[in-house]
Amino acid sequence: MGIHQVLRVNGVDHEFEVDPRATLVDVLREQLGLTGTKKGCDRGECGACTVFLDGRRVLACMMLAVAATGREVTTIEGLTSSDGALHPVQREFLDNDAFQCGFCTPGQIMSATACIAEGHAGSDDEIREWMSGNICRCAAYPQIVSSVAKANGHLGAGTIAGFAVPVADEAGSEP
Amino acid sequence: MKTFAYQRADSIAEALAAAADPDTELIAGGTEVLNWLKEGIWAPDRLVDITGLGLAEIDSGPTGLRIGALARMSDVAAHPAVRAGYPILAESLLRAASPQLRNMATIGGNLMQRTRCPYFRADSALPCHKRVAGSGCSARHGDTSTAALFGWSDGCVATHPSDLAVALAALDATVVVRTEQGQRRISAAEFHRLPDDEPWLHNELRMGELIEAVEVPAEPDPRGSHYLKVRERVSYEFAVTSAAAVVTLSGREITNARLAMGGVAHRPWRLFEAEQALAGRNIDDREELLAAVRLSFAGARALPGNAYKLTLAPRTAVRALRIAGGRR
Repeated sequence: MGIHQVLRVNGVDHEFEVDPRATLVDVLREQLGLTGTKKGCDRGECGACTVFLDGRRVLACMMLAVAATGREVTTIEGLTSSDGALHPVQREFLDNDAFQCGFCTPGQIMSATACIAEGHAGSDDEIREWMSGNICRCAAYPQIVSSVAKANGHLGAGTIAGFAVPVADEAGSEP
Repeated sequence: MKTFAYQRADSIAEALAAAADPDTELIAGGTEVLNWLKEGIWAPDRLVDITGLGLAEIDSGPTGLRIGALARMSDVAAHPAVRAGYPILAESLLRAASPQLRNMATIGGNLMQRTRCPYFRADSALPCHKRVAGSGCSARHGDTSTAALFGWSDGCVATHPSDLAVALAALDATVVVRTEQGQRRISAAEFHRLPDDEPWLHNELRMGELIEAVEVPAEPDPRGSHYLKVRERVSYEFAVTSAAAVVTLSGREITNARLAMGGVAHRPWRLFEAEQALAGRNIDDREELLAAVRLSFAGARALPGNAYKLTLAPRTAVRALRIAGGRR
């Protein structure tokens, strides 16, 4: 019943047997021990499981792990540099108190990093629209928006986890 | 969740053979199929992943636009030819789902998604013909707040949730279907089925077929269009009502208008009577526009929970027209 799979996560190949029903979020957490990615609604509604797939933000709960074979997965663990320094978006979330319980935070940070790279963080309204796939039940939204805006100030659009990201111009930002 | 075999199709022939197997489901972006699996809506023996087939090209020429079925929503919305020549498609796509889902979901999958009727999606199975044929319709005498105004039957009162389909219907687009024999072309406005006496059928795709592309005729005046989506929150929500308006003007006089609505039927609802009546009207005269739009609501049948749509839907159409015509 198990399928032999090689999955590349944060630049490292992992080889294991996977149940065909297992979603990417379950494999990351249960088989690879990468528990930074959170499993919230498990229905593609809350954004807590946001990871990058080939440099694009996706929901790990709405993807079968087997479907990620041959792709490059980046999780919140892969965002921190190898010397342990926090990513600028992580730093801003800390400095701006952009969380309370913290459960949605890894997904928020992954989504925010992508949002900035895509060029969709030009104004508070634009950030709200392009972060709308990430729900925060503690409602730390004002602090999240201001963290994204500040991080956008010192990060350029265009690349994410080593992948080039198409950058939106003004018209592409229309919600 | 029942277990299943997982395979990848390496050719269209393989995918078509898989589509002909009643116990197999095709999967691409997965954002809808995984919902079915998790909710127990559908438990196939085998999933066949078709993401390796290509079919993701976006080609634009003087006669129109062709979007491969496996193009992702985000890629289509950001494509320069779409944005320049068919902005209403980008609008409808960017108002749907979330950035993460749009990075996963494909154009073909968007059309293949099923109704969001709460009874169809219930986490424990309730009578619903679209879920189990012959089981009945819980919505008919239940919560009808999201139900259809047009084309419903006692067997199903659900609406179809695709925003893209509504914009495609207004653009007179065609769904190109690959079959074992070749190709079949279906009007985008008629791809989804009204329930009639076979409420368990979702759309016109038959066993053994798959969507290959969507084709959109070139729009002479692409800026005169707008997709307006009314929903219960600003973003990341399905439409209560929506309208796709394409309008050409001579001065302030409407010379041609096309209108399709979402949230009112189990297919994008073209307002043909309104379109005819709108010719010659002044785009700035809201009351005239509303009177013309209301002609298409003569056949609307409200249910106990959705009579508000009789007011909301015509207004949605009028506002979409006025924005398309350049005056908010």
